[in-house]
Amino acid sequence: MIRVSTDVFIIGAGGAGMYAAVAAARAGARVLLADKSLISRGGATIMAQMTVAAAVGHEEPDHWTHHLADTIEAGNGLCNEHLSAILCEEGPIRIMEMDEWKVGWARENGRMTQVHAPGHGLKRCVYVDYLNTGPAVARTLRGEVAQGAGITRVSGLAVMEILVRDGEAAGAVAIDVESGETILIEAGAIVLAAGGLTRLYKRNSASVNMAGEAYAMALRAGAELIDMEFVQFFPIGHLAPRLVGMDPIMWDPFRYKVGGRLLNGNFEEFIHDYGASDGGTYTARRDVASYAITREVEAGRGSPHGGVWLSFEHIPDDVMMDKFGPMIDRLAKNGIDLSKSAIEVSPIAHYHMGGVRVDDEMRTRVPGLFAAGEAVGGANGATRLSGNAITEAFVFGERAGRFAATHATHAKGGRSQVALDEASAVAALAAPRGQIKPGAKLDGGAAALMKELQALMWDKVGLFRTGEALEQALARIREMQRDDMSRMAIPDDAPFNQALLDWYELRAGLLCAEAVTLSAINRTESRGAHQRDDIPDASPEFERNQTIVLQNGELVAGWVDVPRISYTLEDKVAAAV
Amino acid sequence: MSEKLHATLKVSRGAEGDAPRFDSFDVPFEDGASVLDALVWVRTNQDASLAFRYSCFNANACKECMVRVDGKTEYACTARLKTGIVKVEPLAKKRLVRDLVTDIVPPKERLRGEG
Repeated sequence: MIRVSTDVFIIGAGGAGMYAAVAAARAGARVLLADKSLISRGGATIMAQMTVAAAVGHEEPDHWTHHLADTIEAGNGLCNEHLSAILCEEGPIRIMEMDEWKVGWARENGRMTQVHAPGHGLKRCVYVDYLNTGPAVARTLRGEVAQGAGITRVSGLAVMEILVRDGEAAGAVAIDVESGETILIEAGAIVLAAGGLTRLYKRNSASVNMAGEAYAMALRAGAELIDMEFVQFFPIGHLAPRLVGMDPIMWDPFRYKVGGRLLNGNFEEFIHDYGASDGGTYTARRDVASYAITREVEAGRGSPHGGVWLSFEHIPDDVMMDKFGPMIDRLAKNGIDLSKSAIEVSPIAHYHMGGVRVDDEMRTRVPGLFAAGEAVGGANGATRLSGNAITEAFVFGERAGRFAATHATHAKGGRSQVALDEASAVAALAAPRGQIKPGAKLDGGAAALMKELQALMWDKVGLFRTGEALEQALARIREMQRDDMSRMAIPDDAPFNQALLDWYELRAGLLCAEAVTLSAINRTESRGAHQRDDIPDASPEFERNQTIVLQNGELVAGWVDVPRISYTLEDKVAAAV
Repeated sequence: MSEKLHATLKVSRGAEGDAPRFDSFDVPFEDGASVLDALVWVRTNQDASLAFRYSCFNANACKECMVRVDGKTEYACTARLKTGIVKVEPLAKKRLVRDLVTDIVPPKERLRGEG
C-alpha cells in the first residue's frame, strides 16, 4: 500500500478543485490535488461552454446586490442567503483574477462583453467566445495550478472513502486507476470538489464522472446534505439530429444572442401560453421553459423525437456568421444547416442545487472536511440562476482552499497528519472484493445497472413527480442496493479495472438517488425545480431546507430554517456608494 | 420484419505484456452514432470489463478518448461509426495499460508515494 501525506487534500480537479488548490497553496499549505480522470479534463467545468455571471458592470451599471436579488428570486425562497451573498460579492473579484490569468473573456473596445442570460435583470454574463468558456477556464486554472508552489497533482486517482478519526477528517483511501493499487492519503484538511449527480439521469449534460460521488463520500463521512430534491433540468438540451463533438447544451447562448425561436410540433410559439414572456428577448426562466416544453410534448404537440423545435431560420445569414463563426462548420460536419432547418431540443439534467451543507467558510459539520463548487448545496435554493455555476466554482473553490489551508496549518497547530492504519484503508475498500467470482462472465455489470438507474430517475424522479412514482423509484433503488449490487460479479485487481470502478460509482450513485428520491417524497409541495403533479402548489410551511444524513446505514431526513441575510440590499448599495 | 443495421467492432484487448488479441462485438448501428457510443454500448451490454478512457461524453472537450480507428488516430467521440467491421486499437506510440487505455498521463501528474 502506498502512503502519501499532505496538508490539504483536494478531491476533484475541475474549476472548484483547481481554484481551491491555488488558494490553499497561496495560504502556505502543501496541497495534493487529485482527479479520477486527468487533471482539468473531467467534471462539469470542461463541459461549461456557456456564460459566467458576475456584477463587473462592464456592459451596464451593476452592483453585486442586484445579482444577489436575482439569485434569491430564482431560488424560490430556499437560498442560503449567506452563501448566495458570498457568491455574488466575491464573483467579480474572481472574474477579474481569472482575467489577470488571461482566461480571455470576450471583449469589445477593451470592455468585457456581457450578455443578458435568463433570469438576470441586466447584461451580466461574461464568456469566452465560440462556446469556449469551460475549456478556457480549465486551461487557465490548469496553468495556475502547475505554477503553484507546493501543489502536487495526481491524475487517475479514484478516491473512495474519507477516513474519520476522533471525529475529524484525517485522510482518505483511494485506488490508483492505472495500477489498481490501494493508496492511503493522510491529510490535515480535505476539500470535496468532485461535482454533482446529473449523470444519474438518462438525458444529461454531465461528464461521465458525475454520479454523485462527492455527496456519497460526504454522507459516509458523517456530513449533512441539503436540498437534495432539487435537480435542475436545462430546458433546451440537444435532441436531434445526432450531434457529436459538441456540448448538448450549446444552443442556449445562441438563443439569447441572436434570438432563436422555440416552436412546438405545429411550428407555433408557445412560451407565452405558460405565463412567461419570450417575445423579442428570449430570456424566459429555465424552469418555465422546461415546464412549457414538457407540457407541449405531453399534449401531443411535440417534435418527432419528443421535444420541440428551436429555429434560427429567421436570422439573416450575416448575423449568424458573425455570432456563430466557426461553429457553422462544426455544425455542417453534423449535417446541420441552421438557415434551412430547425433542430430538436428537450429538457436535460444539467445541475444539482442540492449538495453538501457547509457554513460560510465551506466547512461541513465534520471538522477538517470542506466542500466546493457544485458539491456544495444551498447557494442556489430551489432553482439556480443561469451563469452562477462557474462563479460558484471559483468563489467557493477559493474559499474552501483558503480555509482548509488555515485549518490544516494553523487551527490544528501544525498537525498535518495522524497515523492512519492500513487495516482501516483495506476495510473501507472491502465491500465488492468479497464478491469476486473468478472467471465469471461479465455481462450485467455495474454499467448495465447504472443505465437502468438513469432510466428510473428520468421516468420517476424527473421534471414532474408524483408521490406514487417516487415511492416506486425508492423501492427499486433500495432493491438494487440490497440485492443487485451483492449479486454482481467483479473481476479481481487489474490495471484500469473499469468494472470495479463502475461498481463503486454505482454504489455512490444509488445512495444519492435514494437521497434525492426520499427528499422529493418528503417535500409535499411544488417549488422551483421540484414539481409534483399531485401537489401543484407551493406551501409556506415548506419554505425550509431539507437535510439528509446517514445514521447507522440509513438515510434520515430533517428540516432547518432558511439562512437569511439581515441587511437590506438597498442598504448595501447605499453603503457602497 | 426489418433487419436492423449493425456494426462489428473488432477491439484490441489485454494488458501490457499480454499476447495481443482482438474481441469482436456486434453493436447496433444508428445514423450519426460515434465509435465512443459503440464502445459504451459494449461495456453496458456485452462486456463490463472493456477498458477505455473518456470523461466528457461526445462533446470533444476532455480529449481523453483518442484511439486508432481502422488504423487512423482519432477521438472516439467524433469518429463516426460505420456499418461493417470497425477495428479499434490503442494509440500506437504510447505505453499500453489495458485494452484501449494507454499511458497519456503527464509525468508530473503521477503519484509519488512515500513508501
